Amino acid sequence: MENMIKNEARRDFLKVGGTVVGGLTLGFYLPSGPRVARAQGSEASPNAWIRIGQDNTTTIMVARSEMGQDVYTSLPILVAEELEVDINSIKVAFAPPAEVYINALLGGQITGGSTSVRDGWEKLRIAGASARMMLIAAAASEWGVDASQCKAQNGAITGPGGRRTTYGQVAAKAANMEVPRDVPLKSASQFKYVGNVKIKRLDTEAKVKATAQFGIDTRMPGMMYAAVAMPPMLGGKVKSFDDSRAKNVSGVKNVVQYSRGVAVVADSYWQAKKAVDLLYVEWDKGPNADLDMRKIWNGLEEASKQPGAVFREHGDIDSGMAQASRTIEAEYRLPFVAHAPMEPQNSYADVRSDKAIIYTPTQFQQLIPHVVAGATGLKPEQVEVHTTFLGGGFGRRVEVDYAIDAAEISKAAGVPVKMVWSREDDMMHDSYRPAGIYKFTAGVDNSGELVAFRFHSTSPSISSRLFPSIVADGIDPFSVEGIDNFPYVSPNMRFTYQMHDTGVPVGYWRAVSHNLNAVALEGFIDELAVAAGKDPIQYRLDMLDFSSTKHQWSGLSAGVPVGARMKRALEEVRSKSGWGKRMPAGKGMGVAVMEGYNTVIAMVAEVTVDANFNTTLDKVTAVVDAGQLVHPDQALAQMQSNIVFGQSACMWGEITLRDGVVQQTNFDTFPVARINEAPKVMDIHFIKSDSTPGGLGEPGTPVVQVAIGNAIHAACGKRVRTLPFTPSNIRAA
Amino acid sequence: MKISFQLNGKQTSVDVPPDTPLLWVVRDTLGMTGTKFGCGKALCGACTVHLNGMAIRSCQTQVGSVAGQKVTTIEGLGGNHKVQRAWMALDVPQCGYCQPGQMMQAAALLANNKNPSDGDIDAWMSGNICRCGTYPRIRAAIKAAAKMA
Repeated sequence: MENMIKNEARRDFLKVGGTVVGGLTLGFYLPSGPRVARAQGSEASPNAWIRIGQDNTTTIMVARSEMGQDVYTSLPILVAEELEVDINSIKVAFAPPAEVYINALLGGQITGGSTSVRDGWEKLRIAGASARMMLIAAAASEWGVDASQCKAQNGAITGPGGRRTTYGQVAAKAANMEVPRDVPLKSASQFKYVGNVKIKRLDTEAKVKATAQFGIDTRMPGMMYAAVAMPPMLGGKVKSFDDSRAKNVSGVKNVVQYSRGVAVVADSYWQAKKAVDLLYVEWDKGPNADLDMRKIWNGLEEASKQPGAVFREHGDIDSGMAQASRTIEAEYRLPFVAHAPMEPQNSYADVRSDKAIIYTPTQFQQLIPHVVAGATGLKPEQVEVHTTFLGGGFGRRVEVDYAIDAAEISKAAGVPVKMVWSREDDMMHDSYRPAGIYKFTAGVDNSGELVAFRFHSTSPSISSRLFPSIVADGIDPFSVEGIDNFPYVSPNMRFTYQMHDTGVPVGYWRAVSHNLNAVALEGFIDELAVAAGKDPIQYRLDMLDFSSTKHQWSGLSAGVPVGARMKRALEEVRSKSGWGKRMPAGKGMGVAVMEGYNTVIAMVAEVTVDANFNTTLDKVTAVVDAGQLVHPDQALAQMQSNIVFGQSACMWGEITLRDGVVQQTNFDTFPVARINEAPKVMDIHFIKSDSTPGGLGEPGTPVVQVAIGNAIHAACGKRVRTLPFTPSNIRAA
Repeated sequence: MKISFQLNGKQTSVDVPPDTPLLWVVRDTLGMTGTKFGCGKALCGACTVHLNGMAIRSCQTQVGSVAGQKVTTIEGLGGNHKVQRAWMALDVPQCGYCQPGQMMQAAALLANNKNPSDGDIDAWMSGNICRCGTYPRIRAAIKAAAKMA
């Protein structure tokens, strides 16, 4: 019985945490996932998903960071569904770093990889159900009746003879009840909250009334403000500095050097910022002093001549190519891109002799005690971390540099500080989406079908800096995603990856290498369809591989062929988009399909390309198979978000360097989609399903980019293989 | 030197250099953090407030220039403004960071235009960036608010 958790090994990980005052806390240890090693050390904190106060308030702990993607509501929905409490009456609290909160799909307490609901899907419902059973058991024992005679509903328990009590009244006793061994979970047809289109976000009111506390909103007694001067060239260092003018600015209390730069600490941010602009800093330009795009692309090009490491192969690529009636080659180039969340990087740090208190908008709270300890000489257990709301994350806040900086500045200045970066600091000191070169060779037969497929990518590895333990034999799993699950049939194939460090720091950027590999791949597949004289949707349908069940992070999609899911999505998007209709001159439709994060998306983009190669994204039609939706309205919101974010990247997103200095500084030189540029029509359909949820925070982002590229080709005949799709890149194509 | 102005209906005075941006006076000096810092260059609209009912970028407005005038921030919109009701009804915010600025910009639009078209919304709202891409809901919420009393 699928809904019954009888796994003894799993039960070993189920432990009742310490009780909070007069209440019940429940937590689960689950084995860490295989992909990412655990961060060093462990936390001594009570394990808790649920806290029930004697006043009957239920607080659900959210152990993932709320950065817009709705974990503040979607995760409590899972708990409340089984706990039998009113979702609108609960309180939500952000969890501190603790082992119990480790994301089993990532092996750390990290928000990323579109994993939050997938990781919580089973364990949070078990947490809710176990707590409910223990509360019932406590009430039953108090009444001297059998638990089977009692029923829990809406935060209360009723029993025979009209007996009634509340969760709050029995919570303390419940904490001492035996943890249930078998925890039956509701089936999809019994869901009250999961999949309910009427559930509203629990954080909307705070965000509309502007009471939601982002990191940058942190205010503490005695707090000072810090602004910083960081080396303009990536990898530079402070050689010396003169602060005589800066110190004359009213309100300035201190000027301190820290690892990365020089900080001014003042009574207000503006005073600190004004003083920073008056600092004279002599920089040691470091290893990247003469780094520019010509050198970076030459380096990537040279590296791409290396054989690379094989990550997928079958058949014999050479004899396959020899059999082909024709070979088609293409090379795609994708640029560095900044994350640019609306809230610039910032952190509050109060570093004292015996402890540090950090308030920070982070996607990786578990790492912060360790890095702050490293920066201050404290022990990790002396570092208290509070996660705030995040003003956007998109992967930028998996990094913890801002917390380290703030801690160093607080320690050096001897006061609690809130460090705030300017937009320029943020854009010039990002960990950028990697640039790369993506080479394809396809051997096709007379009908245009694949007989051999060769892929070779060259790009920097993100994980070799952040999680080196997952990089092995030249392969970073986050560098080959988006194509290692190649969904088409080819009797012979060979896929290789060449790691190459360009000197530019790279980071996880919403959908990571799906934006590279899948964008290049689906562009190339479109080229093959055109070369074969076939309809791009039909060509894909004809080539789908129905034998492979290899999903990204497989194991969650229980043997369903990826090809079968893609077929359905492609067929539905074909009919919903009006595919094949006659388009006026200058307009075109493009298609793309991808599986990522266990979600399958097929998208059709409609664009207009004018005589000067300016592109307008008119409409996007998407069909999404994300399994069971937990919070359908926010699944829709995420897909809208994916589309606009991907649009920004592929139409304008490009970070360039000169003399080691990032040339884009603000939203004038790094344009992003505005309301007049976002598609007026986003027609998004979710395939009705009750299978295990897929991720929704990221997978649409790459798909829309390549659908736009393919639509540009349909509109004007230009195959643009160098992104972004600016007029000059389209003209040059 | 003291600078006095009306903030959310209350007479307020601050002792800061007159060239200090209104944004930082509101956030740091007065402790009202609803108004957000996004770009510091009037490029993103996160810091939008009303000056005598007009939407302005507080990051580019020196506090000295608002002396004696009426400033309204998101806190002063009241919580029950039709824009806020529409934003809640449609669950517009995702990360929520840009939304105070979006709502202040939208409230000023509706004060001037009872029934904005898509073109009006594009023209009026294009200075406000949302990286989460809540644009379709912002558009729908403005239209919904326009119909509210």
